[in-house]
Amino acid sequence: MPFGNTHNKLKMNYSAEQEYPDLSQHNNHMAKVLTPEMYANLRDKETPSGFTVDDVIQTGIDNPGHPFIMTVGCVAGDEETYEVFKELLDPIIEDRHGGYKASDKHKTDLNPDNLVGGDDLDPNYVLSSRVRTGRSVRGFCLPPHCSRGERRAIENMAIESLASLDGDLNGQYYALKNMTDDEQQQLIDDHFLFDKPVSPLLLASGMGRDWPDGRGIWHNDGKTFLVWVNEEDHLRVISMQKGGNMKEVFHRFCTGLTKIESLFKDKGHEFMWNEHLGYVLTCPSNLGTGLRAGVHVKLPNVSKHEKFGEVLKRLRLQKRGTGGVDTAAVGGVFDISNADRLGFSEVELVQMVVDGVKTLVEMEKRLEGGQSFDDLMPDQK
Amino acid sequence: MANNFARILSGKRNVGIMSLVGAGSLTAAFLLNREHVTAGAQVRRVYPASADYPDLRKHNNCMASHLTPAIYAKLVDKATPNGYTLDQAIQTGVDNPGHPFIKTVGMVAGDEESYEVFADLLDPVIKERHNGYDPQTMTHPTDLDSNKLKSGKFDERYVLSSRVRTGRSIRGLSLPPACTRAERREVEKVVVDALAGLKGDLAGTYYSLTHMTDQEQQQLIDDHFLFDKPVSPLLTCSGMARDWPDARGIWHNNTKTFLIWINEEDHTRVISMEKGGNMKRVFDRFCTGLKEVERLIQEKGWEFMWNERLGYILTCPSNLGTGLRAGVHVNLPKLSKDPRFTKILDNLRLQKRGTGGVDTAAVGSTFDISNLDRLGQSEVQLVQTVVDGVNYLIECEKKLEKGQDIKIPPPVRK
Repeated sequence: MPFGNTHNKLKMNYSAEQEYPDLSQHNNHMAKVLTPEMYANLRDKETPSGFTVDDVIQTGIDNPGHPFIMTVGCVAGDEETYEVFKELLDPIIEDRHGGYKASDKHKTDLNPDNLVGGDDLDPNYVLSSRVRTGRSVRGFCLPPHCSRGERRAIENMAIESLASLDGDLNGQYYALKNMTDDEQQQLIDDHFLFDKPVSPLLLASGMGRDWPDGRGIWHNDGKTFLVWVNEEDHLRVISMQKGGNMKEVFHRFCTGLTKIESLFKDKGHEFMWNEHLGYVLTCPSNLGTGLRAGVHVKLPNVSKHEKFGEVLKRLRLQKRGTGGVDTAAVGGVFDISNADRLGFSEVELVQMVVDGVKTLVEMEKRLEGGQSFDDLMPDQK
Repeated sequence: MANNFARILSGKRNVGIMSLVGAGSLTAAFLLNREHVTAGAQVRRVYPASADYPDLRKHNNCMASHLTPAIYAKLVDKATPNGYTLDQAIQTGVDNPGHPFIKTVGMVAGDEESYEVFADLLDPVIKERHNGYDPQTMTHPTDLDSNKLKSGKFDERYVLSSRVRTGRSIRGLSLPPACTRAERREVEKVVVDALAGLKGDLAGTYYSLTHMTDQEQQQLIDDHFLFDKPVSPLLTCSGMARDWPDARGIWHNNTKTFLIWINEEDHTRVISMEKGGNMKRVFDRFCTGLKEVERLIQEKGWEFMWNERLGYILTCPSNLGTGLRAGVHVNLPKLSKDPRFTKILDNLRLQKRGTGGVDTAAVGSTFDISNLDRLGQSEVQLVQTVVDGVNYLIECEKKLEKGQDIKIPPPVRK
């Protein structure tokens, strides 16, 4: 179990070989990288808050993975995890993030004026637009490892800061444990409410402990800006609206985030960030921007085309069902979003989505008209 | 007891008790006297106890009933010599608020010393769960002499099968919620080595969950022997399912009447079972098998966790004492519909379950009937309770068949 670092020392009574996990049936990034030698090197280390390599990899041991889908198999318990266990995490980051090297620098750009276009995605096809990211508060342990006291402190900081937002960002916080039945139903109807995670990928890391203590949802009155508190990360920030005006969604996203960051700074807190990894989050797959910009878009014809996968790959886009990750598409409507997180700035990623979705909609219209879209095939971005 | 500890400390093993953290090795020798059990390393804390105290307002389990802020503050900075903490012990009870009708225990032990270091919480929990048994003043009787059992052969027109189970923990190794992979593998090795020494009608084979073939797996499923990765959040939240299926397995004798689970909820679960109503033979084999296994592990310098306060030490406080559940699958079509059925069972200190075990429903009118108690009564006493109780139930059923009336028996004990 993660929290409670004193117990970790017990392992040192046994040799590294005796403790090394059986990864023979496993297919995840952690299992690919963690050799017995690496385990022996890392197992006596711990971060200042007491997080060990065994804590990092527990979720990857408990979830051997899937032949087709490569999960990460690791989590961070605090900011220092990425430093203390870099021998393990750097190669995983490189493999997961398209060859991103230990010496690479990540560019952060949250200036929405740098986005070209994006206000004109065809609403006959693009049903909704959304941008999400995560933020961690420096100095506090992350959800797999935090104590109840730390988690509550994060919640209090979030409540205080969000209460200061005004104008079109004026809103309200709903703590999961105090919600009335009416409030709960409304949040479900708005598709805002998050539930206790059931995925063993998440639960095995320890992030579901003490549910629903310290968890909640904040949203603005206009229901276009939403913050999740203490789910998989300290904060998840979401900007969304119906239709295809990604520019407006991204503008609100950047404005809101920047405001929240300065409100935290006023109270002497900052977000976890460094120039190599960008924004630091619980899962190594969300480093860098932590950003997923996506649309729900009708592509009944394109999605059945044999080149669909290739098109997405070249555009650096990813498809999901309309329920989000690990769900199926319903009625030809797909969730299309950026595949990358690290090594590209926020503006660059949203630009890829905007340009890529435009191309996909063009292709859909061609197929509707019985024509081919071969001349529209993009180059590999 | 001091002799045994000296033997263990000088035994052939290089790991385990010899290398307990800090003052731990001396601690082991003084386990019987609570006052001498020193905590291990101080827990590193960022917040005061009041900031970390769990929100238990919606909870209904034994831990929540007894964990006051004062007790939490007193215990939260302590750890066992192995480093196991209160927060870890109570995590399952925090994560599983409970049910208005069913009161779960809500905490586990990570090692033998948990029951000492966290006694301020565990003693009242044990007292509530075990019908007033006070670990501070009472002693638990252990009696595995199956010759003492009287009239243990049931009418097989009613009793379909008979079964006795218990658990045993290997002293010096952490329990499933807390054990490291190496410790768990050591438990597997110690037990499998011992079982390989069983002979005669106890001779058998071990099937490791990791290495089982598809055919072996199917056979074990067909025999109703195979256990699966736990899905109940009561269990998974305690951390006992980590690293599944590493070092887990099933051993059974060739005649399929004696079965041992390794590293499921406890280090070992020991089960003796047969079709039919010969509880005497089931209990004979249970006792013989258990004593043989104990002898075989002692030859290698190991022993079971046991003390006279709490009897056999297991992961869940509900299984302390004997850890014993002796039960039958019995057909009681008329009695089970009688409104006095529940009261009769209560007075006989018996419990009914469905034929799938705990938290399942009965199929038709066949029930799993077993002893309610675990601690404060010996194995012989508990099995006798089941024998006498089930015989009474069968008598009731026969009377109802003949149109005669039945009586609620007086309570067999307090």
